[in-house]
Amino acid sequence: MTSVLVKDVSLNFGAVEVLKSLNLDVTEGEFIVLLGPSGCGKSTLLNCIAGLLDVSAGQIFINGKNVTWEEPKDRGIGMVFQSYALYPQMSVEGNLSFGLKNAGLPKDEIARRIARAASILQIEPLLKRRPAALSGGQRQRVAIGRALVRDVDVFLFDEPLSNLDAKLRSELRVEIKRLHQKLGNTMIYVTHDQIEAMTLADRIAVMKGGLIQQLDAPQAIYGKPVNRFVAGFIGSPGMNFLEGRLEPRDGQPRFVADGLDIPLATYAFDAAGFRPGPAVFGMRPEHVGLNSGTGWPFSSATTVEVVEPMGSDTLVWARLASQNFTVRVSSERAPTVGDQIVIGFDPLRASLFDADTGVRL
Amino acid sequence: MADRTRPSGLFKNVNAKIASIPMILTALCVFLGGTLWTVVYSFTDSKLLPRLRFVGLDQYERLWSAPRWLVSIENLAVYGVLSLILSLVIGFVLAALLDQKIRFENTFRTIFLYPFALSFVVTGLVWQWILNPQFGIQHIVRSLGFESFTFDPLYNADIVMYGILIAGLWQGTGLVMCLMLAGLRGIDEDIWKAARVDGIPMWKTYLFIVIPMMRPVFITTLVIITSGIVKLYDLVVAQTGGGPGNASEVPAKYVYEFMFRAQNLGQGFAASTMMLLSVAIIIIPWAYLEFGGKRRG
Amino acid sequence: MASPAVFASSAGVEPHGPRPRRAISRRNVIVYGTLLVVAIYYLLPLYVMVVTSLKGMPEIRLGNIFSPPVEITFEPWVKAWATACTGLNCDGLSRGFWNSVRITVPSVIISIAIASVNGYALANWRFKGSETFFAILIFGAFIPYQVMLYPIVIILREIGLYGSLWGLVIVHCIFGMPILTLLFRNYFTSVPEELFKAARVDGAGFWGIYLKIMLPMSLPIFVVALIIQITGIWNDFLFGVVYTRPDTYPMTVQLNNIVNSVQGVKEYNVNMAATLLTGLVPLVIYFISGKLFVRGIAAGAVKG
Repeated sequence: MTSVLVKDVSLNFGAVEVLKSLNLDVTEGEFIVLLGPSGCGKSTLLNCIAGLLDVSAGQIFINGKNVTWEEPKDRGIGMVFQSYALYPQMSVEGNLSFGLKNAGLPKDEIARRIARAASILQIEPLLKRRPAALSGGQRQRVAIGRALVRDVDVFLFDEPLSNLDAKLRSELRVEIKRLHQKLGNTMIYVTHDQIEAMTLADRIAVMKGGLIQQLDAPQAIYGKPVNRFVAGFIGSPGMNFLEGRLEPRDGQPRFVADGLDIPLATYAFDAAGFRPGPAVFGMRPEHVGLNSGTGWPFSSATTVEVVEPMGSDTLVWARLASQNFTVRVSSERAPTVGDQIVIGFDPLRASLFDADTGVRL
Repeated sequence: MADRTRPSGLFKNVNAKIASIPMILTALCVFLGGTLWTVVYSFTDSKLLPRLRFVGLDQYERLWSAPRWLVSIENLAVYGVLSLILSLVIGFVLAALLDQKIRFENTFRTIFLYPFALSFVVTGLVWQWILNPQFGIQHIVRSLGFESFTFDPLYNADIVMYGILIAGLWQGTGLVMCLMLAGLRGIDEDIWKAARVDGIPMWKTYLFIVIPMMRPVFITTLVIITSGIVKLYDLVVAQTGGGPGNASEVPAKYVYEFMFRAQNLGQGFAASTMMLLSVAIIIIPWAYLEFGGKRRG
Repeated sequence: MASPAVFASSAGVEPHGPRPRRAISRRNVIVYGTLLVVAIYYLLPLYVMVVTSLKGMPEIRLGNIFSPPVEITFEPWVKAWATACTGLNCDGLSRGFWNSVRITVPSVIISIAIASVNGYALANWRFKGSETFFAILIFGAFIPYQVMLYPIVIILREIGLYGSLWGLVIVHCIFGMPILTLLFRNYFTSVPEELFKAARVDGAGFWGIYLKIMLPMSLPIFVVALIIQITGIWNDFLFGVVYTRPDTYPMTVQLNNIVNSVQGVKEYNVNMAATLLTGLVPLVIYFISGKLFVRGIAAGAVKG
């Protein structure tokens, strides 16, 4: 069942189009991540869903109800902010109860809800403290608690972990995932961090320029990016891009560039099929083999230029068709600078894009 | 061995020290020295010229039994308390109104702040004219048919301070508004969003969340207004000249009269020391909170 | 009220697009209504000054102070500027105006020069005790002027400048120092330290860094300082009264003497023209400087 439906939503600030007739359909209990670079409209979209921003056109439905004109408090949502936005002069308990008291809930009901949220988030010992006396991670937990006590169906997260350091971030990430599994609520989560997106999401919506570029499961986004932007944005280290041409040769589609000739027999073209012309060949560094025999449909010899050890893995920089090309290998097998190497890969795992439009071929 | 060490002691960083000479002289000779000098001479019986003949607390006893001084203190207290409360309240309300993402914000702000650019003398003289019972507000209301309407604060000893208050607020509230607006703009946007999601009405958000968050701004504003109030002088001189009678006398004027008119320096010194004392009572706790707290944090 | 058509059409259709808002909602009436009323209260005195200064005395005696002039006359302005009397002098406010110019110009230049170098030293070249002196200076800003009035009289008398324009210039430099030093110190502290270090590595010294690096990049803060000082010094009354003689009185003091003199018939139109003339310099600066003025008072708020 649909939980949140965003229908043809546009938003303009003066002449600037921040959201361009955008559609999004979130299923009940789903964890959706809105991912994109800053300025792509992801937070704006979240604020529209929350009712904190008025849309310029279009409609928003939550649980089947048209909430386009509703106040945030009446939409059945809870929201968690990047800066926590805790009320600094109130205790944790005060923060959790302020909205409920204001809504006129009976005292015992408020107490019950706070007790439940506190036990879920394990913040019982903190209830009497002020936010200033809490660590960043604890504050964010309280902020989540404030959304939790509202007993709502939809949770909205606006970059909730961006203010935390790396270690805490990964800890809280797991906790949010656990929370989602336990509660089963619909969650919409905004971030610019692709690891958060990949680990948390049922589906990721990659956004750019006020549009959703691709909405799909994390693996699909990683494996079959719909355009060059998504391909480059997802994955770290980034995907290799080689510029060249698609040409038919011996009745077989091939990718050709400056002495390079890659057979594409195994590549799955889109419905329009193979068509010759300029194109970009994309290959993830982790899908490339190094000196690993001759089993690859394609292999080529080259020289190591730079080696970047990253702990368990090492990134090897070389050149292919006089363009930069990286290979990710396990560190035990890392070559040294100047080594002659043979790299190989299966074009099945490649992504081909139109050179002009960047659309996947 | 030590023939290549850097210059040390007095000659280290010598340019910075040269550049700071005016500051050091001002801080030591004028601010510190001048203040101490005045405090010391307030215990003497200096008349036309300062002289070091100590008379203990004589000057202070005379001061606190002088009706004119007592009137000044009372006036300043009335003016101070009212102008503090009113300018804080009005300034905050205006700032909150301007913070509603309204149109013409700049125009309104420009209008509310321009009196602050004027001299107190100008302010005093304009309001003297507007409050003139023969031609000003009283005259106009009477000519509308309310023959018995009376509003002549500048000629009525009982309410003259309120006449000065009207002018003082006109000049000073814009500043408070500006400080408050800066404070409001410093509040995290997410706090407002969170309150909206929680369904807190706007007035409650201001009262229970925003105003408590702005405590430091309020305290700083309070200190600024208060130290301005103690200096109240030009406005009174221009608007009423201290009259009618001595009804709008203020301490700063008392000091000036005794130092430069009545040739009773000792009284002037004692009165100005009392002013210093009152400011110190406000400033020292504030400075302790403001700066003492930071060192710990 | 918004057109009923909007509601009629939206009643049948599902809500879509922006929330319908009435242009004249209760909230807007309260917000704009209050702001408008207060704005009128703030503008009234300016308006009254202008209209009064353009009326003839007979009209003032008959009419009310808010009515616009029936017959516009610039006579009061001419009189205020050139022939209004203070005591025995009858050469108008022009004397005070030029005195004020002669006081303000050197005071502003000297005080800003001293304070900017001083703030720079405090920000980048701290020495032992520099923070202590600075703390005394800032506390000094809160000491009522009355406490220091007489000691300064003595100092000025000792150096032979009591009663002269230059004496008053020194006084303005002294009392402008806390706020200006604070302003410049805070500004220079906010300049990235790397810039300062890079210049030192390149071999520039105290004055070299100040002149070649700090000065060119701090124009806005100099403008802010300029605004604070021009308006502050121009508007001063107390120091003018205490430290100058009648022939060197600044404009504010002379204005007060003209308007509040007890002799002769009160010429309200001339008084208002004189008041406006005195307020004109800071007003012009205020309206030109706009946002920078606001920044100036935010920084200068300490001055009180």
